[in-house]
Amino acid sequence: MKEADFTTKYESTWCPGCGNFGLWIAMKQALAELGLKPENVLMVYGIGCSGNGVNFTKTYAWHSLHGRAVPTAVGAKLANKELTVIVMAGDGDGMGEGMGHFIHALRGNADITYVVHDNKTYSLTTGQAAPTANKGYKAKSTPEGIIEQAVNPVSLALAAGGSFVARGFAGQADQLKEIFKAAIQHKGFSFIDALQPCITFNKINTFKWYLDRVYSLDDNSEYNRTDIKQAFKESLIWGKKIPVGIFYQNNRATYSDHLPQLKGKTLIKRPVQVRNVAPLLKEFS
Amino acid sequence: MKNKNKLSWKIAGEAGFGIKSAGIMFGKIFMKAGYEIFDYVEYPSLIRGGHNTFQLIVGTHSVNSVTKGVDILVALNQNTVYSNITELVPGGVVIYDKDKVKLTAKYKAQGIAIPLTTLAKQAGGELMRNVVAIGATLALVDQDLKIANQIVKNNFKRKGEKIVDNNLKALKLGFDFIKKNFKQDFLCCLPTLEAKNNILITANESLALGALAGGLNFYVAYPMTPSSSILHYLASVAQKLGIVVKHAEDEIGVINMALGASHAGARAMVGTSGGGFALMVESLGLTGLTETPLVIVNVQRGGPATGLPTWTEQADMQFMLRAAQGVFPRIVLAPGDAQEAFDLGAEALNLAETYQLPILILSDKLIAEGNSTVPAFKTNHLKINRGKLLNQTQLNKIKGYKRYKVTNDGISPRALPGMKNGLFIANSDEHNEYGFSEEGSANRIAQVDKRQRKLDTFAKVLPEPIIYGNPKAKKTIVIWGSTKGVLLDAYTELKSRQQKKIKIMQLQYIWPFATDFVKQVLNKSRKVLLVENNSNAQLGQLIAQETGIIIKDKLLKYDGRPFYREEIIKVLKKF
Ligand SMILES: Cc1ncc(C[n+]2csc(CCOP(=O)(O)OP(=O)(O)O)c2C)c(N)n1
Repeated sequence: MKEADFTTKYESTWCPGCGNFGLWIAMKQALAELGLKPENVLMVYGIGCSGNGVNFTKTYAWHSLHGRAVPTAVGAKLANKELTVIVMAGDGDGMGEGMGHFIHALRGNADITYVVHDNKTYSLTTGQAAPTANKGYKAKSTPEGIIEQAVNPVSLALAAGGSFVARGFAGQADQLKEIFKAAIQHKGFSFIDALQPCITFNKINTFKWYLDRVYSLDDNSEYNRTDIKQAFKESLIWGKKIPVGIFYQNNRATYSDHLPQLKGKTLIKRPVQVRNVAPLLKEFS
Repeated sequence: MKNKNKLSWKIAGEAGFGIKSAGIMFGKIFMKAGYEIFDYVEYPSLIRGGHNTFQLIVGTHSVNSVTKGVDILVALNQNTVYSNITELVPGGVVIYDKDKVKLTAKYKAQGIAIPLTTLAKQAGGELMRNVVAIGATLALVDQDLKIANQIVKNNFKRKGEKIVDNNLKALKLGFDFIKKNFKQDFLCCLPTLEAKNNILITANESLALGALAGGLNFYVAYPMTPSSSILHYLASVAQKLGIVVKHAEDEIGVINMALGASHAGARAMVGTSGGGFALMVESLGLTGLTETPLVIVNVQRGGPATGLPTWTEQADMQFMLRAAQGVFPRIVLAPGDAQEAFDLGAEALNLAETYQLPILILSDKLIAEGNSTVPAFKTNHLKINRGKLLNQTQLNKIKGYKRYKVTNDGISPRALPGMKNGLFIANSDEHNEYGFSEEGSANRIAQVDKRQRKLDTFAKVLPEPIIYGNPKAKKTIVIWGSTKGVLLDAYTELKSRQQKKIKIMQLQYIWPFATDFVKQVLNKSRKVLLVENNSNAQLGQLIAQETGIIIKDKLLKYDGRPFYREEIIKVLKKF
């Protein structure tokens, strides 16, 4: 498999230079390098610029409602564990409308990968502040600057029981690709906060802004990604310096591991037959 | 004169008194004794205290409704005397706990004082007052303890031998107390008859069983009265049957999980009540646009908002018909009792996959939480129909596979993720035949029309409304859902001269609408009466919309209570 095998003929609708391209390429490369075939991958997209990638990425796909990609992906994976299920959603989608689902999916640890396109804005709706926007960020709906404090997706994911928590940057596509590969291979719910500059609406969190700040956790030989306390401490760093890499990983049981009825053949490949309910009627007789 | 083979029995007290478990045991005893049962619970939305009642109607023929009148009232607390004593029929009796309850002078003659607390304690614990009362009732109606002993044993088996023994003792103490202290010349007499092959079940449980029979393998829900027992029942059998049952984080999560599962190829269903359905509405439209098969159950309660959580109403029909923005096809079904809930539960999954759209099932609290006796369900007549779902061999033969291919019947061949040669996007944006986002005018019209054509296709095989009574009668009563039971029971009690003049038309398939059939029936009727458990005649509105016929005579009830048999008999006699 090559990266191009995951590209459709549909023309991209992203702005030239959009941070989404970095994520898109890294994801396609990751899928190709893992030897996955388009038909074995189900990508579930949110609604936003990020979600519009549905049209140019060649896999099975579900373009969900705004905020609802994660539960859809969880349901699909429970029904067919043979699929590689990946969610691509914006930070408005995932941290605004869909925040509840995010926390519960982390708790449940279904074996899917969740990539949040973190551009700190609602780009498709012309650049309002997303919940990830830094306090004081000015945009059309918050002309005096956003009052709420920024959501920290990495700390949240750690606190809610994430078994794989990472952050990547669209400007460093190679590292991002490696993170995606590790995330897809991880057994459990993998969360990646993917920093992705919106070059049209966000004039603050630009490629340069990030390049001046990001450092890789991989460069720190002392960093132990199985240590939740260290991960949590590192996750709180945001400002002059911004850490990227895999913050934390453990191998706790996935949601399906707890369901003995899902052992063996994947649910949807079992024959669908009229079930004889006679034995169940005893309880009512 | 003794009233043979018929009884209206009601037990009442606080939540936590074992009202419901007593009711179920009582029902099972008389089912085994060859009788038919319908039961009705009233309870407020709380866990301890409040006033709970459990009423059982026992008869020799099919029983489908409650009566206002009570033959035997069991008062476990004083509140029952205040709240329910006026329901006693002439000649009826109240069994009351002499240790705790005082009877007003007016009702002394109808009182049967039993030291329920003392006897229960003697058997091993005060909690068994309910079982003592069952024993007492059995003595009053000429039933022996043979069957009751067995039912009580089965009921408490899980809790160990000691508990079983104590309860058997309690049963006998109640029974003996009546035999020793009272004359058994009560107006109801229920000797053991030949047992039928019946089960005692609620429409929630039977709907779940129907869906299971129909191949359900994925159920997601969030608890909400009165739909929760579908979730509870399915969760209790999930591991044994090898299906997924998930209590999700909220109703939006519920429907989207089910959509993901169905998209992957599962036979999926979700269940809720009106409030949870309200949260699902945006995703209902997504179901329609992505043409994903899904069964959605709404067990109605009194709305709006939190409304009357534990009471019955039929006020969500118009909401279900119109929920979500835009236009897309849906099928709406309304079972009238436990048997129909079973049948439609199985059929709904077939319809969902055949027409690739949302199937909405409208049930309500009265049947969803009320048990009734029905013949043990059979499955040999059932079939699984997965519609145009492709297998790999079929898919291999298709060049340039189009998931949303424009077809004459509106239904497109369906591939599943994981299949070779079938890549497509299930897209919440308007899309072309492949699923790619497309906003062009011609494509939009083609896709809207294609989706809508699925209903025209279904309309060709749409089951007709059900007619009871004399099909040629000129007087027509129009109903849907749970009002079926009370109408049929009241009708049965009419003189045959009166019966001949009346027919009852039940709409079970609400949407698409059986326009021609309904129009014809109504046009041929001299008198029409609409009976609905809501305040604004929602079926009446639908009929007016589809046929232009406005039904003027309406019997509407919206106090959270079902129609009582007496009310309907009165209306039918005058009709
Ligand atoms: C229920 C609902 N509310 C609002 C919208 C409008 N809407 C579409 S995209 C979007 C925000 C997108 O922001 P984000 O998720 O961050 O994605 P981005 O465009 O930045 O990639 C909003 C509010 C919608 N489609 N659905």
